[in-house]
Amino acid sequence: MTTASPARRIVRPILYLLLILTAIVYLLPVYVLLVTALKSFAEVDLQTMWNLPSGFYFDNFREAFRLLAPHLRNSMVMVVSASLISSMVGSVNGYIFAKWKFKHADLIFTLILFGMFIPYQSILIPLVQFMQLIGLRGTILGLALVHVIYGIPITTLIFRNYYAGVPTEILEAGHIDGAGLVGLYRHILFPLSIPGFVVVLIWQFTQAYNDFLFAVVLTNPAQWPITVALNNLAGSQIVQWNVQMAGALLAALPTLLVYIFLGRFFLRGLMAGALKG
Amino acid sequence: MSLSTPRSLAGTSVPSSLEPAAGRRRRRRISRDQVLSVLLVSPSILAIAVFVYGFIGWSLRVSLSAWSGLNPDYTFVRLQQYAALLHDRRFAIDVRNTAIFTGLFLVVCLTIGFFLAVLLDQRLKGENLFRSIYLFPMAISFIVTGVIWRWLMNPATGTRISGLNLLFDRLGLDSFISRWHTTLPPWGIAFVVIPAVWQMSGFTMALYLGGLRSVSEDLREAARVDGANEFQIYRHILVPLLQPVTLSAVIILGHISLKIFDLIVALSQNDMRLDVPAVYMWRTTFDGNNYGQGAAIGIIMLVTVALLIIPYLVYSMRTEATQ
Repeated sequence: MTTASPARRIVRPILYLLLILTAIVYLLPVYVLLVTALKSFAEVDLQTMWNLPSGFYFDNFREAFRLLAPHLRNSMVMVVSASLISSMVGSVNGYIFAKWKFKHADLIFTLILFGMFIPYQSILIPLVQFMQLIGLRGTILGLALVHVIYGIPITTLIFRNYYAGVPTEILEAGHIDGAGLVGLYRHILFPLSIPGFVVVLIWQFTQAYNDFLFAVVLTNPAQWPITVALNNLAGSQIVQWNVQMAGALLAALPTLLVYIFLGRFFLRGLMAGALKG
Repeated sequence: MSLSTPRSLAGTSVPSSLEPAAGRRRRRRISRDQVLSVLLVSPSILAIAVFVYGFIGWSLRVSLSAWSGLNPDYTFVRLQQYAALLHDRRFAIDVRNTAIFTGLFLVVCLTIGFFLAVLLDQRLKGENLFRSIYLFPMAISFIVTGVIWRWLMNPATGTRISGLNLLFDRLGLDSFISRWHTTLPPWGIAFVVIPAVWQMSGFTMALYLGGLRSVSEDLREAARVDGANEFQIYRHILVPLLQPVTLSAVIILGHISLKIFDLIVALSQNDMRLDVPAVYMWRTTFDGNNYGQGAAIGIIMLVTVALLIIPYLVYSMRTEATQ
């Protein structure tokens, strides 16, 4: 493209400097999180929180893990089942809304989409009453179900946009060969769906794992997922701040790992949330 | 973009190409697949009808009731719950906090997001790494963010100094030392914008960067040939083209900040000065058993968000349909 002009040679280093400085600011909290979590109990002190640890100690981690492990397990059970079911529901819905427009399908789709923007405070009381009524309040299954239901708008949207990108000609060719609605999905669309599934699985995994509101009103301490347990830990007068930090790192780890290894797909889900296909 | 292709397979065109019989009895005959398509989505439609629209209706009914206590009480009290909120000092503080938070959050997030996107748009080395660094806080929950930042924004000074204050003290940036979110009202809430921006500015950056990258290089090259410098290209070509992105970002960030909840809960740990409607609703309903009042707050929140979202949804669907 453009050749390196003298002005460019001056501007470039400034741009890099800006990039690096901003990156440092974004990483500061992670630095504190890491150095605190790796200090020994003895050297933990609010006044030396920026200092590096004298070695790798896992005291804080062990304590945080002891307190949070059952809740991490709750989170995982809830989140894995919710995101698996969500992705299947979303895939079928997305297929129909993208390729089989029944009467008023667009209007119904818009009405479904509205569900992903509502403040859940506006449905919280009926939801709690209803879950109580059907005996699912205070169960991990109930919480997973709630995530599946309120995940319908976003999962349908992501798959609908994804399938809209599949050329209709391919499906028409399948039609001529005699494939029906189910056949077209099974033999043509589903095999093409892996990236769509990855995006939706990651999205729902992150959403359900990071949720606090549904969990705090629908579960009891025994079924608390890690977000609620961590918040409880942070509010406690007995648990030291260093253990809280180690707990925060532990709670952040699953979604962070997903982000580090599958960031590309995470970003796509994020963009879908902005309604742009 | 996504509606133009599906149209040809949609609705009536499918059966006519699929079944010869459709020509003869087109008006009566609905293909098996059409019935099946509706059957397959109906559980989801039903679920949304009940869990979104049905529950909103139910909430509305609760908000018009006197229900206060563990047992449901649907005694109709008209708009009394709303009228009470109008004179409620705590709710007034909540509204003020939300307004300050939302306004600042939008301005700062959009500015930083745009600045980062332009920076990353310069095709520098390590672009992917930097983009990942700016974006990673999005993967973390607001609860985790709140717990970390509560210690970073520790307001203590003097011998108990810690967190960012300690860092500023060491770096000789004493004027930055602050009481952070414990600053006297109404400005304490303004500091909650810092962790919120830390978490969400990467998302804004990604939106803008996507917008910038969708502008063809030819257009920029043409402007360069015409003698425009890089600044002018951004000012006169790219920024106007990015307006739809800004609109999307305002809608997404705006609806998040209007219902901000977890971050406040984790950061403030019951500090009433940082109260927002979402937290008030939760406390008054599930700790105070004031179900009628809680439902009224929920409905007010819904109306506020709907004023922002509904025009956007209608606009999105219309532009999609005309494409």
